[in-house]
Amino acid sequence: MASLSLPQVDFRAAAAEGAADARLREAVRNNTLRKQEGREARWTELPDAQALRELAARIKQHTLENLDYYLRQLVDAVRRNGGVVHFAADAEQARQIVLEIAQQTGCRRIIKSKSMATEEIELTPHLERAGLDVVETDLGEFIIQVSHDRPSHLVAPIIHKDRRSIARVFSEYFHAPYNDDPPALTQQARLFLRDKFRRSEMGITGGNFLVAQTGQVCVVENEGNARQSLTTPRVLVSLVGIEKLVPRMSDLAVMVKLLARSSTGQIMTVYTNIFGSPRQNGERDGPQEFHLILLDNGRSQILGDPEYREVLRCIRCGACLNVCPVFRSIGGHAYNSVYPGPIGALLSPLMFGLERYKDLPQATSLCGACGEACPVKIDIPRLLISLRRDMVNRRLSGKLERLIYRLWAWGLQSRFLYRVIGALQRWDLRRRADADGWIARLPKLAAGWTAQRDMPAAARRSFHNIWKDRH
Amino acid sequence: MTNATQPSHKPQVALFITCLSDQFFPRVGVAVTKILERFGCTVEFPAAQTCCGQPIFNNGFHAEARQLAKRHVEIFEPYEFIVTPSGSCCAMIREYYPQLLGGEAAWEAGMRRVCQRTYEFVEFLHKVLKADLSAFALPQRQTVTYHYTCHQRGLGLSDEAVRLLNQIGNVQFVAMERADQCCGFGGTFAVKYPVISGAMVQDKTDCIAKTAAQTLVCNDAGCTMNIGGMLHRRGMPMRVKHIAEVMAEAMGIDLDAW
Repeated sequence: MASLSLPQVDFRAAAAEGAADARLREAVRNNTLRKQEGREARWTELPDAQALRELAARIKQHTLENLDYYLRQLVDAVRRNGGVVHFAADAEQARQIVLEIAQQTGCRRIIKSKSMATEEIELTPHLERAGLDVVETDLGEFIIQVSHDRPSHLVAPIIHKDRRSIARVFSEYFHAPYNDDPPALTQQARLFLRDKFRRSEMGITGGNFLVAQTGQVCVVENEGNARQSLTTPRVLVSLVGIEKLVPRMSDLAVMVKLLARSSTGQIMTVYTNIFGSPRQNGERDGPQEFHLILLDNGRSQILGDPEYREVLRCIRCGACLNVCPVFRSIGGHAYNSVYPGPIGALLSPLMFGLERYKDLPQATSLCGACGEACPVKIDIPRLLISLRRDMVNRRLSGKLERLIYRLWAWGLQSRFLYRVIGALQRWDLRRRADADGWIARLPKLAAGWTAQRDMPAAARRSFHNIWKDRH
Repeated sequence: MTNATQPSHKPQVALFITCLSDQFFPRVGVAVTKILERFGCTVEFPAAQTCCGQPIFNNGFHAEARQLAKRHVEIFEPYEFIVTPSGSCCAMIREYYPQLLGGEAAWEAGMRRVCQRTYEFVEFLHKVLKADLSAFALPQRQTVTYHYTCHQRGLGLSDEAVRLLNQIGNVQFVAMERADQCCGFGGTFAVKYPVISGAMVQDKTDCIAKTAAQTLVCNDAGCTMNIGGMLHRRGMPMRVKHIAEVMAEAMGIDLDAW
């Protein structure tokens, strides 16, 4: 199991906090709806979107089924290009490798572009604690960094913030008068980052994809900060999960075609960076050293399970978050994981332990919007149910709960029991209902229902009874 | 899922009422029966039926759900068509019975037959009966909006129900914002995570209120209980009906007696 240093948080309390925050709900809903509409518009433009999804799913699945082969191919290619490859089994190892590279190359000033893998291993705070000057250069991540916050969305880390809260953070951080005009805020960050870029010694990126054939990393972005990170500093480190591989450049083309469309509703991002070697003879820019750190951190364990393997197809586009009514209702922080939303409800328990994330697979209505949106066709609802099954089989669910469901199932096995229990239940519900047939309060076991909404009384007679009148 | 079977002379339909409709909305069963008979079907009601096992399956009790699936297959296998007024139970059978019973030699063939023959009510009207409702009209003009229940996704349905509604005279259809966003029912989810479920149904009823429609059509008993319960809690006057009830009204069908 991958290591994780996030504090244990009560999911229900965190979800309630999110749901009670009207400003948060509105910000998240508006932002996700905009992204959903963008995605749908871009998908409709494609001549055969479903076939493209199918192809993308097959490319990723094929790569995962043959990951050992493609990893070897990738490593050989990176080395051939003059890069250094490191393997990190877990977060601790990965952080250590980065620190060692910084020490050996004498780098103290680090610029970092947005990456979920580095978020996952909490790289920035660790490097800061080691006395290094690290700056997140993606605007959203920069805001997260200076406000000591956590990202709440895979693609839009500050989806939970509005410009006023950002203005307050900037005013304090830059010792400047409060100004919540977005261009002014951006300008403040630009001026600050410009100097950081210029003086940087090491750049750290993640990777959206790795191309096995050519040994290259692909990073897509809209702000140009990642391009700064991989051209300006003398040392470049890319830290990428092992599941990010695709075999060839032509496969990368398929994935790039999907990613921005699914994610931000763009046809392509503003920058598509493909890189993977130190500066070659005659080149005028680029790093003197290139290091690729391949991160496992729980991934090979998922890879080893044929049922859950497809989860590793995920390209972190965030489409499932954007369509998820649960995510819209509670925001990303409630998931207490770097991976929130529907895909997070799979990834977090699978990577960091089902015991730790028991609520996530359960806290979903299984509406299926996520599975429908996923560009690589991960069957998220089905796998969430599989995790619920694992909970039952591993006795992670409560004793009372197990008893109730088993009794329920037993009652449904017999037509006689079903009718008797049904009749009793209808009688009980009608007894509790008012004259109009509505129940405002149910006893403890079902109190959750009436905490939020009324309950209709059951019918006086079941359809089974009514049908009998016919004959 | 392809439902390849073509209707015979007089389609023989087994009604799968589902446990929630049986206990809470039996009138929907009466409506479905009488409508299908009007369209020339023979309707039977296998009396041994209970529940498809969805709540048991969704909560992770797969061994128990497998037993219920077998029971369901045994009961419904003899029929030419199986029609249910609930999309969610229909999706349970077609999407998850293969996972439960696939590879069990004694059950696989029967399960596949049941999957192929099981239709959600609107889907059956649309795909098999090719029903046209333009001959019918409601007695009075009614503004109607429609909630896209989630399991339409699994069944590959889109706006079939809306098209049917629009054929009925005196139906004034009003589109709803975020019509396909889940209402927050999710079975036991509504009881286990009331705060999240409550926020979802709050948003759903906000969208419904915006339409100012008199009637909300919702073709799933669970969503109907959830949305109806929230509308009542908020003191909103809208009525929630199954499409079969609206159709019955337009077709002059009496739901209080056979």
